[in-house]
Amino acid sequence: MTYPENYRYTKDHEWVSIDGDTATIGISSFAQSELGEVVFVELPEVGTKVVQGKTLCVVESTKAASDVYAPVGGVVTAVNTALLEDPADLNNDPHQKGWLVKLGGVDVAELEKLMDAAAYSSHVD
Amino acid sequence: MDKTTLHHTPLSLVHEAAGAKMVDFAGWYLPIEYSSLREEHENVRSSAGIFDVSHMGEVRVAGPDATSFLEYVTCNHVARLDIGQAQYSAFLNDQGGVIDDIIVYREAADRYLICVNAANREIDVTWLKRIAEIRGGRFEIDDVSAFLGQIALQGPRAVEVIRCIPELRAADIESLKYFRFKSFVWQGVTCIAARTGYTGEDGIEFFVPQEVTSAFWDLLAANPLVTRCGLGARDTLRLEAGYPLHGHELKSTVLALESGLAWIVKFEKGEFIGREALLRARDQGLLHELIGFEVAGRGIVRHGDLLRDKHGEVRGEVTSGTLTPTVGRAIGMALTAASWVGLGDSVFADVRGRSIECRVVKLPFYTAVKRTKLANYG
Repeated sequence: MTYPENYRYTKDHEWVSIDGDTATIGISSFAQSELGEVVFVELPEVGTKVVQGKTLCVVESTKAASDVYAPVGGVVTAVNTALLEDPADLNNDPHQKGWLVKLGGVDVAELEKLMDAAAYSSHVD
Repeated sequence: MDKTTLHHTPLSLVHEAAGAKMVDFAGWYLPIEYSSLREEHENVRSSAGIFDVSHMGEVRVAGPDATSFLEYVTCNHVARLDIGQAQYSAFLNDQGGVIDDIIVYREAADRYLICVNAANREIDVTWLKRIAEIRGGRFEIDDVSAFLGQIALQGPRAVEVIRCIPELRAADIESLKYFRFKSFVWQGVTCIAARTGYTGEDGIEFFVPQEVTSAFWDLLAANPLVTRCGLGARDTLRLEAGYPLHGHELKSTVLALESGLAWIVKFEKGEFIGREALLRARDQGLLHELIGFEVAGRGIVRHGDLLRDKHGEVRGEVTSGTLTPTVGRAIGMALTAASWVGLGDSVFADVRGRSIECRVVKLPFYTAVKRTKLANYG
C-alpha cells in the first residue's frame, strides 16, 4: 500500500492534506481495512470548532463505532455529505473520494507533530 | 494477543494458515472472519457454511442414577428424551438464574452427553461435581472436552454436502430428524452427527474426536457449496434467528423466565434447582422481559446501550445488537421492564450521547421456514 507523499498521518490512522490554511481529513487505507465495511458515518456541523487530538467525527462498521480524531485544529468548513447516504467511498477510496471533513483556519505548525508517508508506512507494517 | 497463551482447537492453526483473521475468544485462538462477515453470513443462508466450535465443552454423565441427577440439575424434562434425541436446556442456580445454556444428548438409557459453552465449562463441571457429592448417587461425571472437536455445518444446502461423503451416506445422516443424533465412523474413529444448529438454518453439528477434526474440516471445506465461517458471522446469524447468548441475554443474575427460556422450564417434571424461586417469581409477576427491536433511526444499537421511554426514563438495556446482512438493518434484543412496551412501539436507545429511535418487533427476526425477513408489528 502506498500512502500519498504530500499527506501527513497520525498514529491513530488519520491523514491530513493541506492547501494554504485549509485541511482535508480522512482515515487511512489501513484504518478502513481494520474497521471492515463502514455502514454509518457521523459528521460534525459546519462551523464547529475542533482542537487537535479531540474527536472530530465517528465512523461505524458492523464490528464497532470508531472515533476519528482531529489531526490538526481548525473550524469545520465542509463535510462529505455523500458518505451519509453511502459510505462505500470510505472503504474503496479512503485517501481521495472518502475524505471526511475540511477545516479552515488551520495552524500549519501543528503538522510538525505528524508522520510523513514513509514514517506512517513503517508504523503500519 | 499472544497466541501461545491461548487455548487452541485442533483447527486453530489451520485457520491461521488459511489467512483467517484470528482473535482471542474467551481465551481461545479462533477466527472472527475468514473472508468477510457479510459473505460468510449470506452463504450460510443461501448455500452452506462451516464453523469451528471445538472450544465448546462436552461432559458425559453416565450411570444408573444419571437420569435422576440430570433431572435435578437441569430445567428441561430429561426423562422424556428418546435414546438418540437431544434437547436444549439450562443449568439454573437456586435463584432461578442461568448458569449456562446447554444441549443434552441421550446416548443410552443412562448415558448422556452435555454440550456446554466454552466460557462456562470449568464453572459448570465444578458445580455439577459439587452437587453430585452432596446428593450422592451411582453415576460418573467426565469432562471429555479435550478429546472432542466440533464442527457445525449449516445452510439450506447442507444436505447436499452430506450426500457427498460416503460414511455419512452409509449412516443415513441425511434422514436425521430435528434434534436427533446418531454416531458414525469416519477414518476408523467414532463421531456423532446431530441435527442441531445455532443459525436458524438446517444443518448438522458434528462431534469429531480431535485426532481427525482437521481432516474432517478439510473434507467439508473442499466442497464448493461450503464457505468457511468465523465467529463474527456466527453471531449475526444467531441474532437474526433470535437465539440467546450466555453473557448477553442469559446470565446467572437474570431469571430464566425473564430471558426467553420459559419454553424449556418444565415445572411439572418435579424438583429441580431453581424451581421454587421461579414459581415464586412467576406467581408474584415477572419484573423483566426480553424484547426484540429494529433500529428506525441512523446507527447501530449495541450490547450495553440503555433504552429509554419517550420521557427519557431508562426502562431497559440492550443485550445484543448489530447490523445483520439478511434482515438488512440494525436489530437487537434487550432486557426491559415487564409489560413496558408492545409490538410496534417506539423506544429510544442511548448511543454515544445521541438518542436513536427503535421499534419493538417480534422474535425471531428471520426464519428459514418462510425464508422471509420478519419485521412484525403483531
